[in-house]
Amino acid sequence: MALLQVENLVKKFPVRGGILNRIQGYVHAVSGVSFEIPEGQTLGVVGESGCGKSTLGKTVIRLYEPTDGRIVLKGKDITALGPAEMMPFRRKMQIIFQDPYSSLNPRLTINGHIKEAVRFHNIVPPGSATDDYIDEVLQKVGLRPEAKNKYPHEFSGGQRQRIGIARALCVKPDFVVADEPVSALDVSIQAQVLNLLSDLKEQFGLTMMFISHDLKVVEHFCDRILVMYLGHVVEELEADDLDQQAQHPYTKALLGANPIDDPDDRRPLVVLQGDVPSPYNPPKGCPFVTRCPVATERCRQEMPRLETKSAGHRVACFEVE
Amino acid sequence: MTNAPDAKPVLQVRHLTTSFRTDDGIVTAVDDVSFDVFAGETLGVVGESGCGKTVTSKSIMRLLPEHLTIYGEQSEVIFEGKNIIRANEREMRKIRGDKIAMIFQEPMTSLNPVFTVGWQLDEALKYHTNLSRKQRREKAIEMLRLVEIPNPERRIHEYPHQLSGGMRQRVMIAMALCCEPDILIADEPTTALDVTIQAQILDLMNGLKEKLHTAIMLITHDLGVVAQVCDRVMVMYAGRAIEFGSVREIFHEPQHPYTNALLESIPKRGSRRSRSRRLPTIPGIVPSLRNLPKGCRFNDRCPACQQRCIDEEPELINHSLDRPVRCHFPLNQKTQTESAH
Repeated sequence: MALLQVENLVKKFPVRGGILNRIQGYVHAVSGVSFEIPEGQTLGVVGESGCGKSTLGKTVIRLYEPTDGRIVLKGKDITALGPAEMMPFRRKMQIIFQDPYSSLNPRLTINGHIKEAVRFHNIVPPGSATDDYIDEVLQKVGLRPEAKNKYPHEFSGGQRQRIGIARALCVKPDFVVADEPVSALDVSIQAQVLNLLSDLKEQFGLTMMFISHDLKVVEHFCDRILVMYLGHVVEELEADDLDQQAQHPYTKALLGANPIDDPDDRRPLVVLQGDVPSPYNPPKGCPFVTRCPVATERCRQEMPRLETKSAGHRVACFEVE
Repeated sequence: MTNAPDAKPVLQVRHLTTSFRTDDGIVTAVDDVSFDVFAGETLGVVGESGCGKTVTSKSIMRLLPEHLTIYGEQSEVIFEGKNIIRANEREMRKIRGDKIAMIFQEPMTSLNPVFTVGWQLDEALKYHTNLSRKQRREKAIEMLRLVEIPNPERRIHEYPHQLSGGMRQRVMIAMALCCEPDILIADEPTTALDVTIQAQILDLMNGLKEKLHTAIMLITHDLGVVAQVCDRVMVMYAGRAIEFGSVREIFHEPQHPYTNALLESIPKRGSRRSRSRRLPTIPGIVPSLRNLPKGCRFNDRCPACQQRCIDEEPELINHSLDRPVRCHFPLNQKTQTESAH
């Protein structure tokens, strides 16, 4: 059974305005997304900025309240649990944020960051030493125990991201959302943090949702990939199939726009014209219709559904056989 | 340099050393960097944060705070036969935006939010050309059309916040190119943009290089971008230029262990089952400029470090033809002795 099942998840943000501050419309950040993640697997979520990938990650662990849909963790529907009932599930679901600079409290030592979470969720049985446990966690993410008494500004970006990872893992979660965990880091540090994440994933048997705009990183790190556009999933496939089997015109465009690290393989990069439409006012029909090279009249009228094309491969496009 | 499309460089940088006065004493961000930029080529400047790539470009443009910046005595930036590193502000104003233009990473912060796009384009033309108001307006519209902004007649009346990120970067490029500069310095022009928009901007820059024969200095940390658009590459590390080569040489036969490690640490696209494999990494972090290691600056992270690397810093020299590298024990080299045999 899948560790996490998400059915038809919707997240809309109201936009207020006018003299009476009434709701004037909605930003459709996530529109009817369904997927499952089997235990121990990593699901990659890719898309451009504003496609709703971060909102999806935060809604799945209920940092945002879903507008509609169902979230099932380990067979238990957690969509509508109250704060007290939710608490044990909060421990089981953790998040690693993109920006290691703003996601740590500058006035709290590293010890403070981790101890707060450990104490709150009673991770260490009363009587035994919390400090020893914190040392152990820090060592697992490649930091020296001496780091404990330092403040976030004393660390480099890569080290801060390790602290963010330690903070997420110290409460022994089952499911971790990693929201662009390496995007803010230099190339050489990116590789270090990716290796660390895959080691920890093995060690703790974690199930992960890995959000990134970088196809190279997602393809390397994940088992399956969701491609999002304007709040919709347009394609879902195995990471191994991404390069050869991708069928949705948007996925193909993303692949084509990604510069290849080989000067002998130069190709015209431009494949898509224009910008992503606003999620406040999404186009009628297929969300991708305004930029799609193969769009037809039907695409302008009707929304294509995500359909299974072959085992483990779903595509939402009328033009794909 | 044999790889250059033109024999005569438009810009020569010699022994550029840029230091800053700080509360903790003088910190040297760029240390003895020399290179040439030729007309019609794209020179890629590659390195991680803090390696000095942005300071190099701002030194050329003289955009660093003058009272805090010290340029080395031997530093020369030769443009049109003149060393502009000692030029005064009035002379620099004539060059900036006219002969040498720059585009920055953040299109949000580098446009003025209280003026329309048209006003900002007009400003550059007003200072650097003798065109009438009407001609300037036409030129501004023409430039926006050149960078493929739809409805330029309407867009010149809009403010930066009314444009998307990609559009703003196009406006920046239009501004940089409106006086047809000899050199365009692009400092991470696509880092803040999405890949599909990045592709549009890179394509645009490539087209302009061919059309206007502009020399481009492209500063980036993205090796994919370098592979796709650059002709020659300079790799920087901790304030030093450590390797030069054509883009093919850098990617296929990197000589400096740092360049090699950097290339290896990027996940490869389309390699099946790459997940089971760990990424090769560079251990440690970039050293602080306040506390550089003795000898080679990469020695504490280098997999091939030897005693000599700790004792003395290598010079930037050609081990094989026309491939300057700053390493005692370069990789992939066809040594002169070997080729002599």
